[in-house]
Amino acid sequence: MEKRVRFKSRWLPWVLVAPQLAITLIFFYWPAAQALLQSVMMDAPFGGSLEFVGLDNFRQLFNDPDYLASFRTTAIFSILVAVCGLSISLLLAVMANRVVRGERFYKTLLIWPYAVAPVVAGVLWVFMFASPMGVIAFWLQAIGINWNHLLNSNHAMTLIIIAAVWKQISYNFLFFLAGLQSIPKSLIEAAAIDGASPWRRFWTIVFPLLSPTTFFLLVINVVYSFFDTFGIIDATTKGGPGKDTSILVYKVYYDGFKAMDMGGSAAQSVILMAIVVTLTVIQFRFVEKKVQY
Amino acid sequence: MRHKFAAAVFAGLFSMGASAQVEIQWWHSMGGALGEWVNDLAKDFNASQSEYKIVPTFKGTYDESMTAAIAAFRSGNAPHILQVFEVGTATMMASKGAIVPVGKVMADAGVKFDPAAYVPAVAGYYTAPNGQMLSFPFNSSTTVFHYNKDAFKAAGLDPEAPPKTWIEVTQAAAKLKASGHACPFTTSWISWTQLESFSAWHNVEFATKGNGMRGIDARLTFNTPLHVRHIENLANMAKQGLFVYKGRANAADATFVSGECAMATGSSALYGNVKRNAKFASGISTLPYYPDVEGAPQNTVIGGASLWVMSGKKATDYKGVGQFFAFLSRPEEAAKSHQRTGYLPVTIASYELTEKSGFYKQNPGTDVSVTQMIRKTTDKSRGIRLGNFVQIRTIIDEELEQVWAGKKSPKEALDTAVKRGNEQLDRFLKANK
Repeated sequence: MEKRVRFKSRWLPWVLVAPQLAITLIFFYWPAAQALLQSVMMDAPFGGSLEFVGLDNFRQLFNDPDYLASFRTTAIFSILVAVCGLSISLLLAVMANRVVRGERFYKTLLIWPYAVAPVVAGVLWVFMFASPMGVIAFWLQAIGINWNHLLNSNHAMTLIIIAAVWKQISYNFLFFLAGLQSIPKSLIEAAAIDGASPWRRFWTIVFPLLSPTTFFLLVINVVYSFFDTFGIIDATTKGGPGKDTSILVYKVYYDGFKAMDMGGSAAQSVILMAIVVTLTVIQFRFVEKKVQY
Repeated sequence: MRHKFAAAVFAGLFSMGASAQVEIQWWHSMGGALGEWVNDLAKDFNASQSEYKIVPTFKGTYDESMTAAIAAFRSGNAPHILQVFEVGTATMMASKGAIVPVGKVMADAGVKFDPAAYVPAVAGYYTAPNGQMLSFPFNSSTTVFHYNKDAFKAAGLDPEAPPKTWIEVTQAAAKLKASGHACPFTTSWISWTQLESFSAWHNVEFATKGNGMRGIDARLTFNTPLHVRHIENLANMAKQGLFVYKGRANAADATFVSGECAMATGSSALYGNVKRNAKFASGISTLPYYPDVEGAPQNTVIGGASLWVMSGKKATDYKGVGQFFAFLSRPEEAAKSHQRTGYLPVTIASYELTEKSGFYKQNPGTDVSVTQMIRKTTDKSRGIRLGNFVQIRTIIDEELEQVWAGKKSPKEALDTAVKRGNEQLDRFLKANK
């Protein structure tokens, strides 16, 4: 049986996809093309001296050891944000899925952080970790840890990862919970009757059936940590100490919006775009094979 | 009924009359109490005449409003007046097509305008090498030394004899620490206070070409033995817990106001905040220096912001802008602003007026910034005007953080900062050929 829908007129399908195409063109291809164009130009902030400089902007970036170092920083940050974000929210979703009473209350609380703007999330965590008055810094002091994210790179990295993960947990949680609820109870019950422990039931039944959700969230989280976290970093560490928390997207933001270097900033966003496109392709080609729909 | 109708018609006519006023858009970055000050200035000017109406709009922090203005200018919707922080000065100066020099605005508006009436150390910073005033020196501050008098008393120090030299600062910090203070000394705006003003104060160059005042092809020079010695001194203080790093920009201000840190170098404009919020007696003193350096103390450099006039507006609009700047320069208005905000007086007449009124006697310490600035400046101390200054300051933050964390030696950090900063200057030069 033919499953494809056949349209009588040739142009009707085009009309139907036109709105989506228009949105993609205006909000993705157009800005991307602009970034490509700007990345080979040099201009004064107020304009007026636009000049084609070829690959100068790129050359300058790759001659800068700090820029190269920020690839490593970005990798550490993104992997930790994705792994921590996914595992914590999966744990929370599994727990929430078992709650019978007050379910809605827990869910609302867990979804709440998503409504908080990144900058506000950053500021909240800075307040708690601010030495020596912050609540958490105070507790850490009590157990002998002298918290100082202004000068200790590991502390600074921990701080931005906590803030970024906290901000994203709600989103992940929501999808995991929906995924868990769509798993047929009968499968789990059958396994339970066969004598499978809860641990085994989770890893052999629930987790494989969740894999489409997990895969989707992996892609989303990687994109999130690459692109959406500059607000958090600006509000917490500003890339410091030194450049130890200056991830790629923060430098894009800083050079473009604080330093007004449009060409340099555009060149970086082109590189960033290439990385994320590559990562997404890899994820779809290799990781998706392990996904069971 | 009929009366009401007539009143409505009258009101309508009246508001039409009001809308025939020339509106002048002014984008600024003054939040909180300073925002009220800006609104009051606009209100007073609007009430003083009926032809023009100044409309102030708060556009976020200095860099935010500058970004907004750049976007607006590129799409043809720039404001008439834009408040730009001092580190953006070189960028604005280089954007010749985007701005109208204030000197020209005043001349075209036919307003009486004498550049010599303005405080030289302030106005000089915003003046082109050919002597034309480019922007209006609206809110200028400088670097001073704030200290907590109560903490001084508790540590057995004389609250009326603040440390004048860096050796005395170290000694005072040691005593404060011994009395239980966890943060004896800190600083805001580390590049501005510890390298820029430090250079001018000791009459050494921060960059060549008179710190960039004579041309944009300057090179950074803040890695001389004197600079290295000072950063080494601070690093030693940090090791002993006498100097505590509290973050970039003005993050340290709050730690002084809260009483956590007992001494702080920072902006003179912190005065208002301390006066309103601090629960202790505080004092202001001059920036510390090294007495063995010849020519020290010289003068400190300014911070704060100035008002730039954007191009592409109607001639009548510029007349209004000129009138407004003339209004701000009136001795009594300028004196009022100076006393209200702690910013430096704009004109010499306003300084004299303030002195005559006895304000400095009633508010000890408020004259420190003025006396640090009203001096004969040298080629090395006139001010620091560099391209891509925002980035250079961040580079200095980054490199010095490595020193406080013990990862780099002061010499290494300053050398790297100079090298990386010079790359920024090269890039600016290339973009503004």
